[in-house]
Amino acid sequence: MAGTDPRTSRLREWARSRWRDWTITLAAFVLALIVGAILMIAADPAVAGNFAYLFTAPGLALGAAWTKVSTAYAALLNGAIGSPAALAATSAAAAPLICAGLAVGLAFRAGLFNIGAQGQAILASMAAAYVGFAWPLPPVIHLVVAVCAGLIAGGLWGGIVGWLKARTGAHEVIVTIMMNYIAAGLLAWALTTTVFRRPGRDDPISPEVPASAAFPQLWGQLHLGFFVALAAAFAVAWLLERSTIGFAIRAVGANPSAAGTAGMNVGATTIITMVVAGALAGLAGVQAALGPSVNGVPVPLTEGLVGTIGFDAITVALLGRSRPLGIVLAGLLFGGLSAGGLAMQSVAQTPLTLTLVLQALVVLFVAAPQLVATLVPFLKARRARVSLTGADA
Amino acid sequence: MTRPVPHDPPAPEVSAPDRGSGLRLKGITKTFGSFVANDAVDLDIRPGEIHCLLGENGAGKSTLMNVLYGLYQPDGGEIVIDGAVRHFADPKQAMAAGIGMVHQHFMLVDVFTVAENMILGREPGLVVDMKAAKATVRALSARYNLPVDPDALIEDLPVGVQQRVEILKALANDAKYLIFDEPTAVLTPQEIDELMVVMQNLRDEGRGIVFITHKLREVRAIADRITVLRRGRIVGQAKPGTSEAELAQLMVGRAVDLSIDKEHAAPGAVRLAVDELTVANAAGAIVVDGIGFEVAGGEILCIAGVQGNGQSELADALLGNVPVLSGRIRLDGADISHATPKRTIAAGMGFVPEDRQHDGFIGSFTIAENLVLNRYDTAPFARGLSLDLKAIDDHAVALRDEFDIRTPDVQNPGSSLSGGNAQKVVLARELSRDLSVLVASQPTRGVDVGAIEFLHRRIVAERDRGTAVVLVSTELEEVEALADRVLVMYRGKVVGIVPPDTSREVLGMMMAGVSHDEAVAVSRAAGEGQGE
Repeated sequence: MAGTDPRTSRLREWARSRWRDWTITLAAFVLALIVGAILMIAADPAVAGNFAYLFTAPGLALGAAWTKVSTAYAALLNGAIGSPAALAATSAAAAPLICAGLAVGLAFRAGLFNIGAQGQAILASMAAAYVGFAWPLPPVIHLVVAVCAGLIAGGLWGGIVGWLKARTGAHEVIVTIMMNYIAAGLLAWALTTTVFRRPGRDDPISPEVPASAAFPQLWGQLHLGFFVALAAAFAVAWLLERSTIGFAIRAVGANPSAAGTAGMNVGATTIITMVVAGALAGLAGVQAALGPSVNGVPVPLTEGLVGTIGFDAITVALLGRSRPLGIVLAGLLFGGLSAGGLAMQSVAQTPLTLTLVLQALVVLFVAAPQLVATLVPFLKARRARVSLTGADA
Repeated sequence: MTRPVPHDPPAPEVSAPDRGSGLRLKGITKTFGSFVANDAVDLDIRPGEIHCLLGENGAGKSTLMNVLYGLYQPDGGEIVIDGAVRHFADPKQAMAAGIGMVHQHFMLVDVFTVAENMILGREPGLVVDMKAAKATVRALSARYNLPVDPDALIEDLPVGVQQRVEILKALANDAKYLIFDEPTAVLTPQEIDELMVVMQNLRDEGRGIVFITHKLREVRAIADRITVLRRGRIVGQAKPGTSEAELAQLMVGRAVDLSIDKEHAAPGAVRLAVDELTVANAAGAIVVDGIGFEVAGGEILCIAGVQGNGQSELADALLGNVPVLSGRIRLDGADISHATPKRTIAAGMGFVPEDRQHDGFIGSFTIAENLVLNRYDTAPFARGLSLDLKAIDDHAVALRDEFDIRTPDVQNPGSSLSGGNAQKVVLARELSRDLSVLVASQPTRGVDVGAIEFLHRRIVAERDRGTAVVLVSTELEEVEALADRVLVMYRGKVVGIVPPDTSREVLGMMMAGVSHDEAVAVSRAAGEGQGE
C-alpha cells in the first residue's frame, strides 16, 4: 500500500496528467514528421517519379525517398540543435515566440481569445524602434527606455480591447482582429512619414537602431532577449499561480459569474489581463525590433519586421496548453523548426514552407488527441493500462 | 408493519417467468467512465400502480429512467415489456413502446403554441394539420381534466400549466407507462395537490406511473410501492405507510433527524433594512416591486414563494450583483444600495447563491481555492499581491474538518465534490467569516438529506451567533423548519409577513397571490364545509 500522504499523491496525480500531455504531444510530433515526409516525397518530382516503378524496382523508389527524407530531417535537426551556433539560432527564433505565446496563453486563462498579439507586437516594435533610432540616450538606459516604450505601446493596444470588452461587451476576437489591421495600416503609414522613414530613402524602411538600444549579443545569435523571454515566462507563472491578480484572472476565466458573485471585478480583471497580454505581445515586438540579427545589428523597421509572430503565438500557446512552462517548450520547438528549416532549405532544397506545414500538423494533431489516440493504437492500449492500474500504481 | 423490507437479490426462479404484463428492468447497469451510475438495478413497473423511485441527488434515479426512455444505452441488463425484451436506441422507440416521460426541465418550445408543441417531433408528412392537433389537445384535456388552451403560447403559461402540456404530450402518444421526473420541484403546494390527483387518475385508468422524487411527504401521500436507490443500487423497498424518518434512513443509509431543535429566536437590533426596493431583470422588466422588510440579528426571515417571483433578483440586489432602480438597503445602518459585491462582502454580507454551480463555485479551482473565493486578496491569505498558499491550504484543511467536507485532499478540483459537499464548501466559506447578514438562497437544493440536516444546523447556529439570516426557499419543509418569520413573495411584491406556524394551506394560497386574511377566510370556510 502506498502512503496516503497528500503531497505524494498530488505529485503522482500531476505526473500522470502531464505524462498524457507529453505522450500526445510527442506522438503528434512524430505523426507530423511522417506526414511531412510524405509531402516531401510527393512534392519532389525526381523522387516521386521513382514511385512509378515501385513494383518493378522498389529499392530505387524507397531508396530515393529515404535519401530525400533523411537528408532533409537530418539538416533540420542539425540546424536546430546540431551545434552551439544552431542552438543559439534556435534561441533567437524562440524568444519572440515565447513572449507572444505568453500573451495568448495568459489571456486564454482569463477566458479571452487574444487574436491581437500581431497588432500589439507591431505597435510595440514601432515604439521600441522609434526610441531606438530617434532618441540619443546612453547605453543601458537606451535599451531600458526602448523596451519600456514597446511594453507600454503593446499594453495600451491590448488594453483598448480589454476596455471595450469590459465597457461594451464587444467580443475580443472581432476587436483584436480589427486592431491587427489598424496596427498594420498604422505601421505602413508611419513608414511613409519623415518621422519613421530613413532619410534619403524612398522605400518604407526606418533608420537603423544603434547598438546602444539593441539587446546585447551573448554568444552567436544568442542575445539577452532570450533571457528576458524566460524571465517573462517565470513572471507570468508567478502571476497566474501565486498572485492575487492571477487568482482573479483564473477565476474570471473559469466562471465569470461566480467570480463576480465572490466580489471580483470582472471588467477590471479583463482590462488588466489584456494590458498584461498586450505588454507580453509587445515584448515579442520589442525582440523583433531590438534583437540583433545574424550580422549583429537589429533589422530596421519595415512592414514585415514582425512577420506572423502574433499568429504563430496562437499555435505556441495552444501547443503549450496556455501554461508558461509549456509555452516556453513549445516556443523552443517552433524556434528550432524555424532555425532548422533554414538549414533544411539550403541542404536538402526543401521549401521553407514545409516547416510551417510541420508546425501546423503538430498543432492539428495536438488539438485532436482522440485522432492521435486512434492513429497510434499503442497509445490507446497504454492509456487504458495506465487507467486500469492507476488505482494502485 | 412499517419496517422497510430489505431488498434481496432476485432468486433465479423469480426472473424466469415473464408472462405477466408490466414493465421490468432487469439488472440494468450503466457506467460513465469509472463511475457506476446504476449497478444491476431491477425495477418492476405494473399497470395501475404508482411506483415511487426515491433517492438522493446523484443516486442514479434519472439515469435509470433515461435508460428506460432510450436516452442512454445500458451497459448491462435488459428492459422487458409484457414478457418481450426490448431495446430502445432513442426516445422515439421508447415512445412507440408506450413509454412517456414528463421531464424535470420541460421539453417544450417556448415560442410555439400548445397545439404546435403537441405535434412536435411527430409531424405527419409535410402538411401540418393544426385543426387536428387542436382537437387532440381539447379532447385529451377534457378527458383527463387538464384544462389547457391549445392556442396559448408556452412562454405565456404558468409553470404548472406548462407541465400539463408535457403530460398531455405523453398522453397523446397513449403512453402506458409514464415517468414523472421530479415533477413537483417547480409547483406551488396547490399545484402539487392537483398533480397528485392527475397521477392518481392516470393510475386508476390502468397506466403504470413512475414518480421520481426526493420529497418524502409526497411519497407517503401517493405511492403504491416505493423503491429506494442509493449510489446506483437498490437498497430497499418500502410499503406506502413507511414513516418519513425510516424512508430518510433508507435513502441516506443512516438515521437522520429531520426536525431541527432550535431555540426561540432572540432578535436583537435590526441589521438589515430594506426600503421600497425596486429591481429590474436583464430584460428591463420590474421583478422586485417596492419591497420593504427588516431583519434583526438573531432571527431567520424566510422568503417563501414559487420560483420566479423575484426572490432571486432580491437576493442578488442585496449582494449588489444587480443594479437597484430605487429604494434603499441598509446593513448595520450603512447604505449599501449601490455598493458592489466586493463592498457588501467586506461589510459583512454572507451570500449563498441560488445556483451553486453557476455563481458560487468554480469547478476547475481546487477546494482550497473555492474556500477563499471571496477573500483570497485579504490577510492572512495574501500579503500584498502574493498569495500565501500555505495559509489557504491550512484554512481549507480546518474547514474540511469542521464542516465535514468529504474529500481526500483539499487540493482536488471542486468538481470532484458531490452536490452536498460542494454546498458545504460554499456555506463554510461564508460562515468562516464574521457576518452581519447571511443571505442564503435555496441552500439545500440538490443536496442529500444527510447534508441538509447539517446545513440547517449550521444556519441556525449562525443565527444564534447574532447574524441576521435571510433564507430564500421554495421548499415549504425548509421554511417550516427554519423560519422565525415568513415573508411570502408573489410577482415581485410582498404578499404578507406571517409567523412560521401558518398552515401550509394558507401559505400555499399566499404563494399564489392571495392575501393572508383572504387565505385564512377561504381555508376556514373550506374546513367548515368539510365539517358539515
